[in-house]
Amino acid sequence: MSKIIVVTSGKGGVGKTTTSASIATGLALRGHKTVVIDFDVGLRNLDLIMNCERRVVYDFVNVINGEAALSQALIKDKHSDKLFILPASQTRDKDALTQEGVEKVLNELSKTFDYIVCDSPAGIEHGALMALYFADEAVVVTNPEVSSVRDSDRILGIIHSKSKRAAMGLEPIKEHLLLTRYSPERVKRGEMLSVQDVEEILSIPLLGVIPESQSVLTASNQGVPVIHDEISDAGQAYLDAVARLLGESKEHRFLDLPKKGFFKRMFGGTA
Amino acid sequence: MAPATSELVRPPCLKFKGNLVAITTLELLYYDPTGLSEALEEKIAQAPALFTNHPIILSLEKYDDAEVPLPDLRMIQSVVRNAGMILVGIRADAPEQISEAQKAGLPVFPPAKNGRSPETTEANAEDMGRSTETSSAPKQEEAPATRSAAPAELPTPQNLVITQPVRSGQQIYARGGDLIVLAPVSAGAELLADGNIHVYAPLRGRALAGVRGLESARIFCQSLEAELVSIAGQYKISEDLTGPHWKRPTQITLNGEKLSLTDI
Repeated sequence: MSKIIVVTSGKGGVGKTTTSASIATGLALRGHKTVVIDFDVGLRNLDLIMNCERRVVYDFVNVINGEAALSQALIKDKHSDKLFILPASQTRDKDALTQEGVEKVLNELSKTFDYIVCDSPAGIEHGALMALYFADEAVVVTNPEVSSVRDSDRILGIIHSKSKRAAMGLEPIKEHLLLTRYSPERVKRGEMLSVQDVEEILSIPLLGVIPESQSVLTASNQGVPVIHDEISDAGQAYLDAVARLLGESKEHRFLDLPKKGFFKRMFGGTA
Repeated sequence: MAPATSELVRPPCLKFKGNLVAITTLELLYYDPTGLSEALEEKIAQAPALFTNHPIILSLEKYDDAEVPLPDLRMIQSVVRNAGMILVGIRADAPEQISEAQKAGLPVFPPAKNGRSPETTEANAEDMGRSTETSSAPKQEEAPATRSAAPAELPTPQNLVITQPVRSGQQIYARGGDLIVLAPVSAGAELLADGNIHVYAPLRGRALAGVRGLESARIFCQSLEAELVSIAGQYKISEDLTGPHWKRPTQITLNGEKLSLTDI
């Protein structure tokens, strides 16, 4: 039985697609057969981040409409043979995602995959609802600023009331908080909410904190998920988050200002 | 000149306001000319003070016209009037019912939302008993005696207990009772209760107690960080709340027309 993980946020531009790509890659690197689905129909991005945009022939909507077989639409990742991408359609809109269609595709995928990562579009409308409806777990991506936190809170309410698990009265979706673009320096200057502030407002378990890093943008533009960049702190933070998602306990890193000195260089890994 | 200036500063003589009024609904399931007036009289005998000159709405949402087609509503109107009540409108959605209402010159209200039908007259009589407690207190004594046939049951308070966080955009209403929340209430969430509101966690959203006018309703919270608090329509926004009680365990009560905050 596969596990369906939705990566969602409510707000746009906080790092959902970056996170989906890195978490899916991380799960595959750990030996789990994983597929990542782009639910952002009409604003297809995941294929760019995963550097497979030239190989898209059929997409998610084609499969839903029965115009292509699932095997024709799935794209194998260049780096890992355990990772597949199901791209969104760029020429359609979110209404093409029917609940029955999405369910059919997810059921078929769950026969062969261990993990299904759903990259949600921004917003709280149909596309986002379809991405989270069938989920078992949710990674709520949040930036340390008030509007992002407010929107995450809203999407958590929707996860709680409108998902399949809520509708059927099953065990609720397991929620994880992933704080991205975190800058300890700006927190110290009082310009940014701290991890504690966000945890207190959202009151869900913390999966990880991804520090603000140049390497994220570089990785996006090169089409290599940042988790492959094991030297960067962002890449390491994603590796930690994936380990926690798999049930390992790891201490949170990159929460404080790096102290300049020999010791920090040895243990903090801020190369 | 003087009158002209006073004309200018005089406030307008009317205002339109949206208002929610609790009103008794008489639900008609089928029509039986003699049965209707007898049944009405029987009900009224239970609590005469409550029903005299009482405005009611006739609900036809559950009317079964397979047995008896809907009669002229003017007939029902006169039966209701003879019983001492005033029919102020009907609630219906079937076109033929609406046209009957128009014939009788009665306003039409939309059906109850979410398919939730008005409760039975019994429940309504009890509801009214609660809301008009002060005005009809002496007469109330008689009601249980005449209703001796019914088992003497304590009315179940309709309190609502919430254990999960109340998130931004969610709205929770404890109809007819207290609302007790054991988890944080986020900014952008809204709590409503006919009775009191208790929040055993930070209250960051809005809390409106006594929404149907209960002035003795109170709000209790473990940490006052609310966007708005209101009791029976009197409210304070967060700007007025940021003071010595902010982020502290607080009780909010209504004294006359003012909300007062005290430490717990």
